[in-house]
Amino acid sequence: MYNFEFERPTTIADAVAALGGDEAQALGGGQTLIPTLKQRLAMPGKLVSLSGIPEMKGVCVNDDGAVSIGGGTPHAVVARDAAQHYPGLAALAGQIGDPAVRNRGTIGGSLANNDPSACYPAAALGSGATIVTNTREIAADDYFQGMFTTALEEGEIITEVRFPVPEAANYQKFVQPASRFALVGVFVAKYADGVRVAVTGASEEGVFRWSAAEEALSGNFTADAIKDLTVEAGGMIGDLHGSKEYRAHLVGVMTRRAVAAAA
Amino acid sequence: MTQVSMTVNGKSVSGEVEGRTLLVNFLRDHLSLTGTHVGCDTGQCGACMVHVDGDAVKSCNMLALEADGTEVATIEGQANADGSLNTIQQAFQDHHGLQCGFCTPGMVMTAAALLKDNPKPTEAEIRHYLEGNICRCTGYHNIVKAIMAASGQDVNAIAAE
Ligand SMILES: Cc1cc2nc3c(=O)[nH]c(=O)nc-3n(C[C@H](O)[C@H](O)[C@H](O)COP(=O)(O)OP(=O)(O)OC[C@H]3O[C@@H](n4cnc5c(N)ncnc54)[C@H](O)[C@@H]3O)c2cc1C
Repeated sequence: MYNFEFERPTTIADAVAALGGDEAQALGGGQTLIPTLKQRLAMPGKLVSLSGIPEMKGVCVNDDGAVSIGGGTPHAVVARDAAQHYPGLAALAGQIGDPAVRNRGTIGGSLANNDPSACYPAAALGSGATIVTNTREIAADDYFQGMFTTALEEGEIITEVRFPVPEAANYQKFVQPASRFALVGVFVAKYADGVRVAVTGASEEGVFRWSAAEEALSGNFTADAIKDLTVEAGGMIGDLHGSKEYRAHLVGVMTRRAVAAAA
Repeated sequence: MTQVSMTVNGKSVSGEVEGRTLLVNFLRDHLSLTGTHVGCDTGQCGACMVHVDGDAVKSCNMLALEADGTEVATIEGQANADGSLNTIQQAFQDHHGLQCGFCTPGMVMTAAALLKDNPKPTEAEIRHYLEGNICRCTGYHNIVKAIMAASGQDVNAIAAE
């Protein structure tokens, strides 16, 4: 690892100021960034830790019923504290990596990184969440812009993520056993005004909404309603863990399982 | 260099570290607590597992400066005050939960975190909780058995498998 300066501010305002300098980068739980630094794939002059900022941590319910999660909240805390308010989301958080990864890794870090096989992007897109940063609010539909690419600007930090709570939701993850990421993961959420289906792990474009399935499920929320639907293998990720065709097939299987578990 | 202070196994410690110094390097190189091992150095294998403020954490994936002001527990602090093995360690010995021993400190620290949250885990819960700890010689069978025994539960069901 190249060396860097280290700062650990205690307020969002101080963190934003510290990130203003050249070559500064935010540090969430470090579960992605530290391995990246060890491989010398990044060379920040300064790391600004977000782990000491109380206003970026925790789970609460807003007046409109939406669940708000601080951008610096570790996965293990979401798994525990969101369970009663949004069980589908808490269950997803509880399946990320392993206990030690969940104790450090944060929702803000996961969404900022936008790994094409990560779990949280599916929950955020599948719930129509709002990504709140130090400067603005971004709808999940506008936030994810392809693998490892998001709407975030340089130095912008995710301070909070707001999830409207659905009537029913479920995440089904086909685990890639070596990495524990999703080979394919599908998050299904049923809202009063329709069903959302978000798929991670599968597409070369990163997380995406499967609109044909959303349409069919909004009329009839059963696994049967989508039994004849398929996604194109073109554009799927094909690698040593699974071919494009295999992933396309899994999208259908995992979506039906998620609907069956949620309904 | 920056000053870092924390409590390790109940003792206050401090030292001068670089920004990039990992918690595991601080423990091993500065404090000579070499029971915490570096296995993969990529956050996968769990040989470097310690507790930070009570939570199991891979110390190769955390900066020493991030642990400033925290309470850290390592394998060196696990034995009973008289130096005898604690319940989990003794169970690993009794049930042959180790072979080469390289992963054992991490396994014991993860087991301790599990039993703190869930004193009577099922076999499936133990296996799920061990997902971040890799053993390359015995396999997991006797490790699971040892943790089951340490929780005061019957291990015959596992032995019979
Ligand atoms: C063994 C292992 C298994 C894993 N398994 C899974 C899995 O199954 N599913 C899954 O989804 N993930 C998995 N992960 C990844 C894990 O969830 C990471 O915690 C997560 O991807 C990154 O979050 P972090 O807080 O650790 O961020 P960091 O690693 O600290 O940062 C990642 C990136 O986000 C930026 N960043 C961090 N916080 C913020 C913020 N609040 N605002 C803006 N930018 C920010 C950083 O600058 C950096 O570019 C795994 C990781 C490991 C090591």
